[in-house]
Amino acid sequence: MNDAVIQLDSVSKIYGKGEAEVRALDSVSISIDRGDFVAIIGASGSGKSTMMNIIGCLDGATQGTYRLDGIDTGTLDEFQLAQIRNRKIGFVFQNFNLIPRTRAVDNVAMPLAYAKVHRKERRERALEVLGSVGLAERADHKPSQLSGGQQQRVAIARALVTNPVLLLADEPTGALDTKSSHEILDLFESLHANGRTIVMITHEADVAARANRVVRFQDGRIIEDHRLRDVHAHPVATAVPA
Amino acid sequence: MMIAESIRFALTGVMANKMRSILTTLGILIGIASVIILLAVGAGTSNAIKSQIGKLGTNVLTVSRQTTAGGRAAGGGQAVTGPRSRGTNLTLQDMAALTDPVMAPDVAATAPVVTAQNVTGTYQDATHAVATFVGTTPSYFSISNDTLAAGSYFSEGDASNGTAVAVIGNTVAQDLVGSSVTSAVGQTIALNGQNFVVSGVLAQKGSSGLNDPDDIVVIPYSAAQDKFTGYSPSLASISVQAKSADVMNQAQNEVQMILDARHNVTSANRDYQVRNQAQILTTATNTTATLTVLLGAVAGISLLVGGIGVMNIMLVTVTERTREIGIRKAIGASRGSIVSQFLIESLIISLIGGVLGIAAGYIGSAFPLLGTQPEVQWWTVWLSFLVSAAIGLIFGIYPANKAAKLRPIDALRYE
Repeated sequence: MNDAVIQLDSVSKIYGKGEAEVRALDSVSISIDRGDFVAIIGASGSGKSTMMNIIGCLDGATQGTYRLDGIDTGTLDEFQLAQIRNRKIGFVFQNFNLIPRTRAVDNVAMPLAYAKVHRKERRERALEVLGSVGLAERADHKPSQLSGGQQQRVAIARALVTNPVLLLADEPTGALDTKSSHEILDLFESLHANGRTIVMITHEADVAARANRVVRFQDGRIIEDHRLRDVHAHPVATAVPA
Repeated sequence: MMIAESIRFALTGVMANKMRSILTTLGILIGIASVIILLAVGAGTSNAIKSQIGKLGTNVLTVSRQTTAGGRAAGGGQAVTGPRSRGTNLTLQDMAALTDPVMAPDVAATAPVVTAQNVTGTYQDATHAVATFVGTTPSYFSISNDTLAAGSYFSEGDASNGTAVAVIGNTVAQDLVGSSVTSAVGQTIALNGQNFVVSGVLAQKGSSGLNDPDDIVVIPYSAAQDKFTGYSPSLASISVQAKSADVMNQAQNEVQMILDARHNVTSANRDYQVRNQAQILTTATNTTATLTVLLGAVAGISLLVGGIGVMNIMLVTVTERTREIGIRKAIGASRGSIVSQFLIESLIISLIGGVLGIAAGYIGSAFPLLGTQPEVQWWTVWLSFLVSAAIGLIFGIYPANKAAKLRPIDALRYE
């Protein structure tokens, strides 16, 4: 198992049959180490979103095996997959995907509710993580009362609250202005500096440049796998505590 | 703990769209309230009829001549079948035989009933067509649960001597002397042209709808025989009061035994019949039960419509919140927790509707409806509560399942 968080072994995702067959992923094999910061890039339709769905256990592979933290996800039933998503993966989406009309602290605490953590402990933990992304003051605000950058921070706090092995971000800066984008990427870097494994899907080259390893997809295959820095290296050692 | 969590999530969902939740709740509220009110109306009607019959005396047997196809002329009752050595009249002697404490230990009292049709009462310029005209003895009043509003009954002596006195019912008194019915006492009224002194006015019994028990004139039986039916030993019927409602059947058997012997008949060729108020009561109860079932069915349909409303709204809610469902699934909600969240949401809507409907049903039943005072049956309250819970579950299952079956990637992509 060595120290790979993600291990894909000739994974294919095929839509349709016969003539109409589309290989969204074509026999992809990749291994991502614990503590790495990986950017997955590619044009739209390159298979990077399918890749994200499979890595995030939101969708199953048609062929091949995917091990997350050593667990073969192909053998799991729906309930177990829900548990994996809950405990092993933290999702960050392009459009934040916070639950509307629900306070920031409750949004952050929600994964803990599904993990059957006690209510009081949930709130304490949620406030702690909100504090670590610099939003302790906004705990009681509803998503509609927060800026885009703040909403994304809440989403990141929600992703981190269960202390997952993998932070999976899908175009995390796609809906943000430049300033907020930088703040979010700084936050990712500091999380990485603290040992968090991050996989980030993006189509922006400058965003990808912040990662340690860049994997480029095209037509469902990996066409480039480029390491910019060592697994644990980080260019700007900003001291934001995670 | 997960249930508490689901309830909290569900409450947020219900509160998220207040107007819609209120309208859906209203559907259940109306359904439950109409079930309670209509069943209460049914029960109220049934109880009103029961008490009406009770006022006529629940422990009363009526012995009357068997009316055959031939006719019902006084004294002309012909043999129904078989040999007959004497006439088929009911006589005062028959009545006297029924008061035998040895042969008929369960009979408390008897009264003869002589009737006449088309009797018109007049007083000064007022006239009134009497609905029920009875010639009898004073025991008739206690048997038929009569009480006086003013004046007095006539005596046993009056009854056998044929004194021209009359006890009149409230309706008759009102028509003849006006609204102050007690002033009728002591006045002389004419019944089919023959003068009678009013000795008493009966207290009002209240109408049961079909016939008016207060539209009655009671005079001594011998006066009735002398002046209305022509002298004849025949009685229209004999009212027999049993010692209690529990010994009705024994009393009926005793009456039949005595009369069978006196009339020399058997159960196969009886020339009289005994009617039991309890039987009439049973018939009336069955009728109102049918009515109640029909009312309940109508109310049930409105409840069903309310339930479909809940399902409809839940389906809309699920569609609207597809994205939220996707997010919840992505962060680890299992199918079960999604199902319970939406199921509890529909349960909350229908239970709130149910509880408010029960309250509305109670308030609505406080007012008289269709001429009767509805009486809320406590079991309908429990039933309504359970039914509204069942509606929440049954009509919530489909939408909740639909939500839970959504694939997270589809749900997240949903705009």
